[in-house]
Amino acid sequence: MTVNPFDADRPPERVRRGNGERKRNGQNGARRRDESLMVPDVSFDSYYGRHIVKPAPWEKEIAAYLFLGGVAGGSALLAAGGRALGYPALQRVGRVAAMGAAALGGAALAKDLGKPSRALNMMRTVKLTSPMSVGSWILTAFSGFSGLALASEVATAIAGRSDGGTGGGSAVARVARVLDLVDGPATVGSALFAPPLAAYTAVLLADTATPTWHESYRELPFVFVSSANLAAAGLALVAVPTAQNGPARRLAAVSAVTETLAFERMQDKLGPTLSEPLRTGKAGRLLRASKALTIGGAVGSVVLGRNRVAAALSGLALMAGSACLRFGVFEAGTASAIDPKYTVEPQRERLERRRAAGVVDDSITTAR
Amino acid sequence: MGFWRNQLSGPTDPAADAAWDRHEPRKGFFTDTSICIGCKACEVACKEWNHVPEDGLDLLSQSYDNTGALGASTWRHVAFVEQSSERIEQARESGRRLVQLGMPSVRTGGEPALAGGSTATATLAPPGDVRPGDVRPGAGAGPGPTDQAVPDLRWLMASDVCKHCTHAACLDVCPTGSLFRTEFGTVVVQDDVCNGCGYCVAACPFGVIERRRGDEGHEKTGQSHGISIAGAPGTGSHQNPPSYAASNGEVKNVGIAQKCTLCYDRLGAGQTPACAQACPTTSIKFGDLDEMRATARARVAELHELGYPEARLYGVDDHDGVGGTGSTFLLLDEPEVYGLPPDPRVTTADLPDMFRKAGYAGLTMLGLAAAAFVGRRR
Repeated sequence: MTVNPFDADRPPERVRRGNGERKRNGQNGARRRDESLMVPDVSFDSYYGRHIVKPAPWEKEIAAYLFLGGVAGGSALLAAGGRALGYPALQRVGRVAAMGAAALGGAALAKDLGKPSRALNMMRTVKLTSPMSVGSWILTAFSGFSGLALASEVATAIAGRSDGGTGGGSAVARVARVLDLVDGPATVGSALFAPPLAAYTAVLLADTATPTWHESYRELPFVFVSSANLAAAGLALVAVPTAQNGPARRLAAVSAVTETLAFERMQDKLGPTLSEPLRTGKAGRLLRASKALTIGGAVGSVVLGRNRVAAALSGLALMAGSACLRFGVFEAGTASAIDPKYTVEPQRERLERRRAAGVVDDSITTAR
Repeated sequence: MGFWRNQLSGPTDPAADAAWDRHEPRKGFFTDTSICIGCKACEVACKEWNHVPEDGLDLLSQSYDNTGALGASTWRHVAFVEQSSERIEQARESGRRLVQLGMPSVRTGGEPALAGGSTATATLAPPGDVRPGDVRPGAGAGPGPTDQAVPDLRWLMASDVCKHCTHAACLDVCPTGSLFRTEFGTVVVQDDVCNGCGYCVAACPFGVIERRRGDEGHEKTGQSHGISIAGAPGTGSHQNPPSYAASNGEVKNVGIAQKCTLCYDRLGAGQTPACAQACPTTSIKFGDLDEMRATARARVAELHELGYPEARLYGVDDHDGVGGTGSTFLLLDEPEVYGLPPDPRVTTADLPDMFRKAGYAGLTMLGLAAAAFVGRRR
């Protein structure tokens, strides 16, 4: 710190009020002190410690859906790639996983509704301002295409088996021939709706007043699509023979790198206060487990992926890592909504920053 | 293009944006907390008129507030805060800061500071009349630039309600179209359409709307009313165990998002909402929004004149994060003291950017998958 003759005229530095929480910001203490010369100190008040924003009333089903939607999207891409480049086992597993996970996910969503009997009300309008409405339509389209692709897969398998030597005049064979025609379009459709299915769930969480979810909206989609790829690659590593698991292993490697980078960036951008729910409590434990499982699984699949057992174990680790990530982010959001600190402090800070910058006409609190 | 610009944020006329051709003036509340006596007649009147079920008979250790917070079965909530002289002095200081902030005339398109000063001042009384322990100086001290003496103790009482935002996050994110904008510019849930997805609950920046449970509000159940209350977990005697409400068939709309409708049914018949009708001190005023805001501005100026620099308005500014609110408040301390957010912002204001980022992420996902299939065949 420099010293100059005018320092004597400087008023004594204000002592921060507030709980010990704030003193933890050791690493950027210097920057914060400089700021305090311009921006008045932010103290944190609340009404009997009650939360201001309400946590989403969602149960574990929604966190499970985040995972299942990822499995579905990633598997559809693996199936499409497998079909285009000749990995029949990958294609088969991908198609089954895509449809199975989408169906399970849809059921989880319906179960979490306050009125499950009105689940189809989601289909009574198309509303672009509602990520849930957009997502419902994405899930519907994805399920339609994936269902067709799976039907074609099943019919071909049955027809191929019963075809034996009789020439294929049976009803099953006729259905299989029709489905064979739509196989290509269904695969393309399923692959086109896969990335939106994996990415929209990030917007679904971010488009809320839940502080940690909303403020992570720039990076969360990248975290979620990588996590989707990892889960699908994990499932493929478990279910596909080693001769055809090359794409799944490479997908695990590149996605693990992307996810780790995106998640680190997300934490940095959130800042010390809003990233706290990601680092502490149950969410913190889940996310640390996710990181270990993801990195372990990815390294295992790359190094030992030609061994059937090692590949399957790596695959399980990757799936568990993806699930932990989804549940961790879900928990962190709930924690950030329940503690009013995460609502009040960042809002106060941005308000004071704007006021310090001379903007005084956009505050909800006014003197006249 | 002008039509689209302010659909997600900024000043706009919400009823016109919702394509109402019959044009009613936008309606709203002005809740003047300086003359609230905390009688909770508004809470009761609201429950009576709207058939809102009982939601917990618990002692919360929150001064005289045993309601807790706004929720599915609490559409008006009276907050009680007890403050010592030190805390009051802090409130005054933040109020003075707020007054000084506005001094350089930054706003260009705005109204004059005391616009509409002619309305509704007749019924208003200085806040000291209703505050216990308030040390008033001698009768000779009339309105002037000097502040009133700081009392040893004061109670803040404020009746909170749905804000009926210009840009309502709950309405924007509702996937079924159950929430809609009325011709009066208010936001109402259609309980026969809502499927209880709960998205509006997470989206509301004020934490107003909530999904109704059969066993609502009891501190033991762990629903939002039950979170982080020190010293009162399940100790209260519950006259109604959770099964009572669920089994007697009286609780309607269980599983459905509920909130203040600004008495849409009464508005349609030209009536005043139940809470405003019942308020004995005219703390809750109801009328055309323009008129309410003018009244609010006149009242805060009057209180500053009288020497209460802690008085401030909440929600009168169209340029705030939610485009201005339909319910405006006069507060005597920072908003978070009353459980209101200090700088709320409608989450959908960032929605175009969110979808853009998700689009890039989707392309990234395709790219990663493509990269996985490049390379040696085995």
